[in-house]
Amino acid sequence: MAADARGHQDRIDAWAIGAILVAGIYCSLWGAANATDSAFAIQMWTALAAFLVGAVLLTGFIGRGGTGNQSTRYENGVVKAGVVASMFWGIAGFLVGVVIAAQLAFPNIFYFEEWGWTNFGRLRPLHTSAVIFAFGGNVLIATSFYVVQRTCRARLAGGLWPWFVFWGYQLFIVMAGTGYLLGITEGREYAEPPWYTDIWLTLVWVAYLLVFLGTIWKRQEKHIYVANWFYLAFIVTVAMLHIVNNMAVPVSFSGWFSYSLFSGVQDALTQWWYGHNAVGFFLTAGFLGIMYYFIPKQADRPVYSYRLSIIHFWALIFLYIWAGPHHLHYTALPQWAQTLGATFSIMLWMPSWGGMINGLMTLSGAWDKLRTDPVLRMLVVSVAFYGMSTFEGPVMSIRAVNSLSHYTDWTIGHVHSGALGWVGFVSFGALYCLVPWLWKRKRLYSNALVEWHFWLSTIGIVLYITSMWVAGIMQGLMWRAYNEFGFLEYAFVETVEAMHPYYIIRALGGTLFLLGAIIMAYNLWRTATSKEPAHTRASDVPAAAVAAE
Amino acid sequence: MWKFHRWFERHSLILVVGILVVVSIGGLVQITPLFFIESTIEEVEGVRPYTPLELAGRQVYIREGCYTCHSQMVRPLRDEVERYGHYSLAAESMYDHPFQWGSKRTGPDLARVGGRYSDEWHRAHLQDPRSVVPESVMPPYAFLARADVDTDRMGDHLRANRMLSVPYSDEQLANATIDARAQAEPLGANAYDFEQRYPGAAVRDFDGDPNRVTEMDALIAYLQMLGAGIDFDTYQAQAPENTR
Repeated sequence: MAADARGHQDRIDAWAIGAILVAGIYCSLWGAANATDSAFAIQMWTALAAFLVGAVLLTGFIGRGGTGNQSTRYENGVVKAGVVASMFWGIAGFLVGVVIAAQLAFPNIFYFEEWGWTNFGRLRPLHTSAVIFAFGGNVLIATSFYVVQRTCRARLAGGLWPWFVFWGYQLFIVMAGTGYLLGITEGREYAEPPWYTDIWLTLVWVAYLLVFLGTIWKRQEKHIYVANWFYLAFIVTVAMLHIVNNMAVPVSFSGWFSYSLFSGVQDALTQWWYGHNAVGFFLTAGFLGIMYYFIPKQADRPVYSYRLSIIHFWALIFLYIWAGPHHLHYTALPQWAQTLGATFSIMLWMPSWGGMINGLMTLSGAWDKLRTDPVLRMLVVSVAFYGMSTFEGPVMSIRAVNSLSHYTDWTIGHVHSGALGWVGFVSFGALYCLVPWLWKRKRLYSNALVEWHFWLSTIGIVLYITSMWVAGIMQGLMWRAYNEFGFLEYAFVETVEAMHPYYIIRALGGTLFLLGAIIMAYNLWRTATSKEPAHTRASDVPAAAVAAE
Repeated sequence: MWKFHRWFERHSLILVVGILVVVSIGGLVQITPLFFIESTIEEVEGVRPYTPLELAGRQVYIREGCYTCHSQMVRPLRDEVERYGHYSLAAESMYDHPFQWGSKRTGPDLARVGGRYSDEWHRAHLQDPRSVVPESVMPPYAFLARADVDTDRMGDHLRANRMLSVPYSDEQLANATIDARAQAEPLGANAYDFEQRYPGAAVRDFDGDPNRVTEMDALIAYLQMLGAGIDFDTYQAQAPENTR
């Protein structure tokens, strides 16, 4: 591309993003001026400040002469920013998780009468959104931007737009997170952000899809690599889920509260169709994209089976979408829907394990690397956790099992074996790969620290999930226990009291996991700021000059 | 057969369309029938839209994230029915935008908590849960008693609900602000009119502070009506009008 053509494109980008910022400034100013409640006013002032900062950054960008002559290199800046943001939000999210675990273990110490905004009910959505959307989302955006460029041998499309996606997504996180503390929520798990934050995310997400697709359109490879199928399924399906599940009628355009379009049964199934597929597409399909790129790369082996990846892909995305009703067993949802949900959940075991086998067997002939490369070990253990939790999930979706496990901490344990073990470890592995690659270092600052991280986190996860298994199964059994006279054996509060030791063990497990992440952040920071001379890899040289990866 | 897959691998738009088709099927088959199959929601006596004060209480319930620890869905299992009462019916949440069935019982189910405890108990429990239940792990909500309900906005709330076909009358809409106060002022001038507009709704000073209508009033009014609508002594699950 000629330099002036690029300058022209820069101007169009800058005008379009500038128009979005001006519209944002106008809307947030109007909202702040007309706010019907103080929480909404604070949100609007926050958004206004963000849009103004965005306008200043945009002006600075134009002043510096736009994207410059970079068309032969990959866009790494936005991926680096994503790595930093991932680590930051990860630690923040894990910390909030430790705090709420401590609240349930020691309510007398960790609740503050004067600080209602630190109560469990407000911090719990903060924790879930911070780890899923802030940490997980940033990992997905950063890795997808990295992977799509390498596997298409093309620079990221859209000039300035990847940066719009990055900063727009951070604004979504800040708006959602501060909103929870102010009591702003839509009251449905994992879909808690209010209507205006939902609209903003939709805009950012469309830009994300277009940047990703635009890069695929520019590709110098005939075939679209398997990791990109998964990323694409993640982006497209999350858009569908987000839009349908968040349809709502705001009480007023100058207040945060809205009423969801559906009610009762229909709302419940729509929500769990969304909720379970937030797991299926955000926490699974997207991270499988990571698995399909980073494990072969780090092991230096091709993906085990091309045909298995085709079956894995289509079967997984087709079956996952049906699994939602297993969250509603024995509820007022019609039983035919519950049965369908359970049936597909059990079938889902097959593609899940197909994917696990494809990931693990990629190490054929390279198993010895697990001894020497702790990063590869982290990636492989993540796939093992993936296999474990995708076996546990179908078991829990069987009605008889679910009647015991539902409403108990077994569910919490199951989620965390997937979230800490699979999503956490595969993300850590990818970030450990990315930092030396992006900052052009020969190696990480310290492999010993990776070992420390690996073992602390693994012990943390084991403490977490085993304590929650025991707690959940025990509480489920206590709820249904009868004494010799045919009366219920335990009052509800006795089952709460019985949770106490397990809640302490869980908090300890979470603390170890947090500690591991802090060690990781230190290690990555030392790697990035190391004084070593730059180390250039084959994948960094100009796109046109490299063979296919 | 494997050659056929090249179409998806070489054309991104075919891949995107393929993904969209494949991920749409499950939702279409499972969710859309719920809007059309009549037996999904029973027609039962006693389920009514929330009063303005109860609706404000429900807003507090959502805002404070009560659903993260309390379910509102009694399953048809022997121990649950004995512990909490009759299993929940779909009709009981037909006016709930959003539903609050929950997914976790760190605390007990609340679908039928209405009328189980006195207002005084709820007050003491919300102020400091461990003062009445020493083993509780629930956070304190004393600040609710210090926050006034924004009754002026209740008309807008009812209007939004009516847009979603919750059957509020014009009269109920016009008097939403008055009604929100009237329900917490049993000796007030509007108590009689309120009872005409919302037959069966409780009129009490829920928070024990007669001078203000607080969020404590609203939340307790909401909790005290949960599950109390249907008379299960006369309800017959197998009757044709209940099975539809």
